[in-house]
Amino acid sequence: MRENNMKIEFDALSENESFARLAIAGFMASSDPTLEELEDVKTAVSEAVTNAIIHGYVGKEGKVILSGNLKEHCLTVIIQDFGVGITDVEQARKPMFTTREDLERSGMGFTFMEAFMDELHIESKVNQGTTITMSKRLRG
Amino acid sequence: MDFEIEQDILIIRLPKEIDHHNCGPIKEGADNILLQQNIREIVFDFSQTDFMDSSGIGVLVGRYKNISCFGGVVSAIYLSKRIRKIFAMSGLDNIIRIYEVD
Ligand SMILES: Nc1ncnc2c1ncn2[C@@H]1O[C@H](COP(=O)(O)OP(=O)(O)O)[C@@H](O)[C@H]1O
Ligand SMILES: [Mg+2]
Repeated sequence: MRENNMKIEFDALSENESFARLAIAGFMASSDPTLEELEDVKTAVSEAVTNAIIHGYVGKEGKVILSGNLKEHCLTVIIQDFGVGITDVEQARKPMFTTREDLERSGMGFTFMEAFMDELHIESKVNQGTTITMSKRLRG
Repeated sequence: MDFEIEQDILIIRLPKEIDHHNCGPIKEGADNILLQQNIREIVFDFSQTDFMDSSGIGVLVGRYKNISCFGGVVSAIYLSKRIRKIFAMSGLDNIIRIYEVD
């Protein structure tokens, strides 16, 4: 299989959460993933994109970049925003930690990203934004 | 998505996908009915649902909080293997009764 790359930029609007899931599913298709792998990646991407929209941009205007790389049956996905950033990444990663209880957030987003992907890397700078890098080996 | 009331049971047929974008109407619809009618149990019907991220957990926990202060209960039915896994990972199965059907 040849190496393959993609990059999409979209507005930080909640309707683009399902668009991002469809985009990553389409990108993965050439590597013939199992249904479970597909669902795992879609869930992880949905979590990261939702976070960019509601936490990164706090519901305001902004751009989200979704990129993907497929190489030797390993998928890497990057979700980037240029929003408020995360003050304490260690705390944010903890299961059930959320700063938006008012929105009934469950605080399980990072826990899901970690569980459904093989690797999760969070890079964030206050007032500059957040970059989530996740990878998963596809066995399908 | 639709809401059905049978005596004091509210059945919520959930949409195909539950994410942050579409979970608002589920919350608002359920809470309006809870305010207006005497509901003892909310049943979340997952028969049409094949995707749910952590936004869905917030929906279920939120309704659980709202109904349990009146002594009501929350249950779920027709969960796919995938949704079941999400219930287990998030501890939802500790507060929500799952109806087994084959
Ligand atoms: N892209 C982001 N920009 C700013 N803050 C974020 C971002 N992603 C996550 N966070 C912070 O990390 C916390 C935990 O995220 P998560 O585990 O997805 O839970 P939830 O989205 O339910 O709050 C969020 O409540 C928020 O404070
Ligand atoms: Mg989240």
